Amino acid sequence: MTTLSTPSPGSTNRTSETGGKAPSAGSSRRGARAAPARRRGNTGFVLACLLPALVLFAVFMVIPTVNVFRTSLYTWGGFSPDKRFVGLDNFRRLLDDEQFVRAFQNTVALLVVVTVVTMSMGLFLAAIMTRQRLRGRNLYRFVLYIPNVLSVVVIAAIFSAVYDQKNGLLNGTLRLLSLDGLQQVWLGNQRIVLYSVAIAMVWQSLGYYMVLYMAGMASIPEELYEASALDGASATRQFFAITLPLIWQSLRTTLTFFVMSAVNLSFVLVRAMTGGGPDGSSDVLLNYMYKQAYTNSSYGYGMAIGVVVFAFSFLVSLLVSRATRREPLQF
Amino acid sequence: MTLISSSRPRTDRPRPTRPGTGRALTHALVVALALAIAVPVAWVLLASLKQKSEFFGSPWTLPEGLHLENYIDAFVDAHMGQYFLTSVLVTALGLVLVLAVSVPAAYVIARYEFRGRGLVELALLGGLFVNVNYIVVPIFLMLVDWDRALVDVFPGGFFIDNPAILSLVYAATSIPFTIYLLTAYFRSIPVEYEEAAALDGASRLRIMTTIMLPMARPAVTTVILFDFLAYWNDFIISLTLLPGDNKTLQVGLLNLFTAQKGAADYGRLYAGMVIVIVPVLLVYALIQRRLIEGMASGGVKG
Repeated sequence: MTTLSTPSPGSTNRTSETGGKAPSAGSSRRGARAAPARRRGNTGFVLACLLPALVLFAVFMVIPTVNVFRTSLYTWGGFSPDKRFVGLDNFRRLLDDEQFVRAFQNTVALLVVVTVVTMSMGLFLAAIMTRQRLRGRNLYRFVLYIPNVLSVVVIAAIFSAVYDQKNGLLNGTLRLLSLDGLQQVWLGNQRIVLYSVAIAMVWQSLGYYMVLYMAGMASIPEELYEASALDGASATRQFFAITLPLIWQSLRTTLTFFVMSAVNLSFVLVRAMTGGGPDGSSDVLLNYMYKQAYTNSSYGYGMAIGVVVFAFSFLVSLLVSRATRREPLQF
Repeated sequence: MTLISSSRPRTDRPRPTRPGTGRALTHALVVALALAIAVPVAWVLLASLKQKSEFFGSPWTLPEGLHLENYIDAFVDAHMGQYFLTSVLVTALGLVLVLAVSVPAAYVIARYEFRGRGLVELALLGGLFVNVNYIVVPIFLMLVDWDRALVDVFPGGFFIDNPAILSLVYAATSIPFTIYLLTAYFRSIPVEYEEAAALDGASRLRIMTTIMLPMARPAVTTVILFDFLAYWNDFIISLTLLPGDNKTLQVGLLNLFTAQKGAADYGRLYAGMVIVIVPVLLVYALIQRRLIEGMASGGVKG
């Protein structure tokens, strides 16, 4: 570790009340090591610890992110060298692209439906599990959280088995119950395929949010409920007057991040399960971007979609965060 | 979740204010939801043992015997065994890399004053909002570019189709989350331990590795779990960066899945799914308490 303890030229910002300015560098370095280590001669150590992570972060996250924005201003076939600057042309083309508009609508629809259903069901379940102390709730929690550890490919395959037109769990069961009229081509019908995807998304994320809210609710003091019960408050009233306000911050954080993870989940699920079909009726933004980039090799156009995804998820996160801002409550 | 179960009486006394029917209804709802999750998973596990002819007709029949040929088929003919190995290696290397760079960085951010710390923290926080799948295309193009630049040195290409590079990309893109969680934990450890060690003459490196790292073990475990799940379950990145024969398990499964749509070869697909599901379920069953506790402390999902 000799390299680390050598004071580097840039180490001017260290607090130098004592030994830092000592002329005999060799001996004072030894002394510095004995003193509280967080005080002086730190720059080399800090850099050595920080640089590898920062370099990787910059190369594989910052630069690609910047490139999404930069490439969106070009028309570019990718592997060919002819890369032409076209300004905002790609974005203008997006507005006239029916497929894009449809993918955007689908993304928004999935986001709204899945968010509302997952969050309300997650809160409700968490409240039941914590307040009512169901027998075997550890088992329920274990089971409900399972989808969150499964990969999206597995989930897509499970749901394809469930939705399979002829031999699927759903249609097969309906046939057994002589309800053949209710059988559907769950993933092949343009009108219902989006709901089929939405159900798979809720199935995947419900347990995660339930467990998260259970953790939040577990820290609410029992006395609050006892006191309000003495005042005759019903379970519903307790939920809205005590539980909800006290886990509001946790709800707010999850909502803010949920936007991003739902945009992403809709993509990976659609990519594996339907490929956006039939006829683009279940396409979502990121999937359309992926298709434009790889199948169509129009990287500039694809990245313009990427910019829309970035802007959209950032704006929605911001809006959600603003709209749900409350004074934090103490308990 | 020791917290909940230990700090509260486990008795199931009925609350006087709540009517019994409402309670029964909510209980039924929870059971129904749990079944909605358990049944399809269990069904796949069972169906993987069925013969080809058994897939037609009622989906509720049990397999007629233990037909393991689906597994042999998936492991050997569909190369799932080989893909399994690739996945294990990629995931393990990714975890080693991310910890090697994130632990020191998180420690320094938590404990040292240095110029630009605010900026570094802000950038990493912003990174939490950048999903890997948003930027997979530019990452791919960048690696293609590097390959083209190095074509004289590595005529076959080095960056694309290299499992080690896939690990590196996994590690790099999970740095924001990992550092975020570790930094928060390091900050919660009292500073007196380090001051005492420094007075005893321990070097900064020694303090970090032999004092702080062991104390941060809960957070490190949490990070390993979440990153493990992210790497093991990813398919978009590995699909893009490993276009050759050397695939990860998820991509192999995706191929089986796509092939099944045409050929209706269910047995092979279900066996492949079981190969993918079982390791994760085992890990989950073993460490679920850890995982759920860690989740409560982190609260973000990348």
